[in-house]
Amino acid sequence: MSKTVLKVENLNMHYETIAGNVSAVRDVSFELKEGESFGLVGESGCGKTSVAMSLLQLQADNAKISSGSIKLNDEELVTKTEKELRKIRWKGISIVFQGAMNAWNPVVKIGEQIREAIREHYPNNSKEENSEKIKKLFDIVGLEHSIMNRFPHELSGGMKQRAVIALALSCDPKVLIADEPTTALDVVIQDQILKEISKVQELLGLSLIYISHDIAVIAEMTSNMAVMYAGSIVEMGKTSEIFSNPRHAYTKLLLESTPSIVGEKKKLRSLDGEPPSLIGDIKGCTFSPRCPEPSDSCKNQSLEMGLIEAAPDHFVDQCCVECV
Amino acid sequence: MKKNVIEVKNLEKYFEVNSGFLNRNKSIVKAVDNISFDIPLGESLGLVGQSGCGKTTTARSLCLLDQKTNGEVKFYNTETQEMDDIDNFDDANLKKFRRNIQMIFQDPYESLNPRWTIKDIILEPLNIHNIGTLNDREEAVKEILTTVGLTPPENYMPRYPHELSGGQRQRVSIARTLVMKPKFVVCDEPTSMLDVSIRISIMDLMLNLAKDLEVSYLYITHDLAVARYMCNRIAVMFNGKIVEIAETEELLKNPIHPYTKRLISSIPVPDPQYQRQEYELNYDELDEIIKNNPDDDMVDIGGNHYIATHDVKDSLY
Ligand SMILES: Nc1ncnc2c1ncn2[C@@H]1O[C@H](COP(=O)(O)OP(=O)(O)OP(=O)(O)O)[C@@H](O)[C@H]1O
Ligand SMILES: Nc1ncnc2c1ncn2[C@@H]1O[C@H](COP(=O)(O)OP(=O)(O)O)[C@@H](O)[C@H]1O
Ligand code: SF4
Ligand SMILES: [Mg+2]
Ligand SMILES: [Mg+2]
Repeated sequence: MSKTVLKVENLNMHYETIAGNVSAVRDVSFELKEGESFGLVGESGCGKTSVAMSLLQLQADNAKISSGSIKLNDEELVTKTEKELRKIRWKGISIVFQGAMNAWNPVVKIGEQIREAIREHYPNNSKEENSEKIKKLFDIVGLEHSIMNRFPHELSGGMKQRAVIALALSCDPKVLIADEPTTALDVVIQDQILKEISKVQELLGLSLIYISHDIAVIAEMTSNMAVMYAGSIVEMGKTSEIFSNPRHAYTKLLLESTPSIVGEKKKLRSLDGEPPSLIGDIKGCTFSPRCPEPSDSCKNQSLEMGLIEAAPDHFVDQCCVECV
Repeated sequence: MKKNVIEVKNLEKYFEVNSGFLNRNKSIVKAVDNISFDIPLGESLGLVGQSGCGKTTTARSLCLLDQKTNGEVKFYNTETQEMDDIDNFDDANLKKFRRNIQMIFQDPYESLNPRWTIKDIILEPLNIHNIGTLNDREEAVKEILTTVGLTPPENYMPRYPHELSGGQRQRVSIARTLVMKPKFVVCDEPTSMLDVSIRISIMDLMLNLAKDLEVSYLYITHDLAVARYMCNRIAVMFNGKIVEIAETEELLKNPIHPYTKRLISSIPVPDPQYQRQEYELNYDELDEIIKNNPDDDMVDIGGNHYIATHDVKDSLY
């Protein structure tokens, strides 16, 4: 059994807004093992990025973690000061942000921007050491060394994204979070980047949290996964098990609404309606207004929520265990 | 013989771009480089390919949003039941043409005027083309909003685009397009900005409308899985050229062109057990076809399955 690197328990995070508190992360718990790739999937706005930002303690100014624990190698992160966190960020946990390839400073050369990040964590490195390091990183992600001296606008989308991955790896992290790293790219480039991330993960023995709204990419990239809906994990387990034996009504719909180029051509199911507002009190099954087959008990707002182990290593929201 | 809704022959669109020191050099980008295809009435063709291969430029040339450089484009005229050459259009024809050919864009937000209500947005094409009385027009707006699933229509008509979700906005732009009852609609990645779950309801909506109103689509996407769901046939585009065209299932089962194979091998499959085939560049099959057909641009290898015979060895790797 490999070691647990990251353990998240009953994490709750909300954003304070004029309209009220937006409960973006609700009672989220999961574990990440050494060398594992863990997928987080769900539709836009379900809280995937909010989970990622909480793990790094990089959430927006109006965000508050109200309860829960995040342990990196048994070290509690939630109670750490900003100064202590700085040492962990990028080195302990690193992230490829959603949309990061468009976040390069346009007037600074790519290599210089990566060098700056390294300097912060390894202030004693010589200039040569840093250059050597960047060259090595570029080899890993498949970029020519000369790209170091180029400005962001001189690179294609795929190249910019590779450079973002190099940046994320620059301080030798143990855990890498990739938040929709290929969403703006087209399929051929996406495929190259996915392969690159898998290769890097294996080569460096990283633990990976891969975030996507695309269930096909999660199938390719991860060995374990969690399905999020309205701020909560509604189902979690081995990726192969969830695909072959989905239990939650939302997971089933996600799987049946994804087109594929292999197998028989199937009629796909659509999911109508909108996700619920995350403002105010949230009670009972959040998916019930859109659920195709809610049972009578589902509408009971006092139903107990929370994951239970329905089969070995297969967790599902307890409200959905009985009725589906 | 089955009639076509559109016939495209040797279409080309070039752009002149500045390059080099102080932009002193002019060079030509062949964004669309000699492509030909037909779409039978009521059928839909998928146009797939990597970013920058020329899909949008093709669409814009067909819809007369861009002036084509060379080639012939003919559309089916519902009144005369003949094919009209777009080069022969006078002003009156052109107006009618714009009514029959519509385009749906990738970003539903950018293509809707943010200061107009949903009602005004859908009324606009009816007003421009002076269709029916004011009353008829308002009825048409209500009817089409109901058709695209925005019910009751009265709830949506007074709203502004920013008051709708992405999926609802895309429904509005489909409604605006279809209120003109066009025969041919060019769709440029109409669902790529939407969540998977909403995507299917928009695609199903478009498929149902195609059936009920006999609309043909030229459906542009870089995702073959989406093209498979939407289209009878698929054309694969690479570097401004169509390299392969076939019935959808035939193309997926029996791809010949190395670029088609590469595109297919890069699509993620929503099944963790599935082992994707590693793509290996191999020109043997294509070389054989080129050798046996030295004079043809496109070769039918049987069953309306066409392969382009131009040399791609310099550009494909
Ligand atoms: N107005 C223009 N001036 C110069 N070059 C252009 C212009 N429009 C497009 N191009 C070039 O023509 C080629 C085809 O572009 P096009 O937008 O048709 O690609 P596409 O297949 O739609 O790509 P995507 O999947 O990214 O939308 C590209 O090389 C592009 O840079
Ligand atoms: N800074 C913020 N202030 C207020 N609400 C926010 C903020 N950032 C995100 N949200 C809200 O939190 C919820 C979860 O968002 P996010 O984590 O970005 O979802 P995802 O990454 O799954 O698309 C959404 O309802 C979103 O609108
Ligand atoms: S608990 Fe009931 S309403 Fe909720 S997802 Fe499961 S079946 Fe549907
Ligand atoms: Mg996000
Ligand atoms: Mg385009």
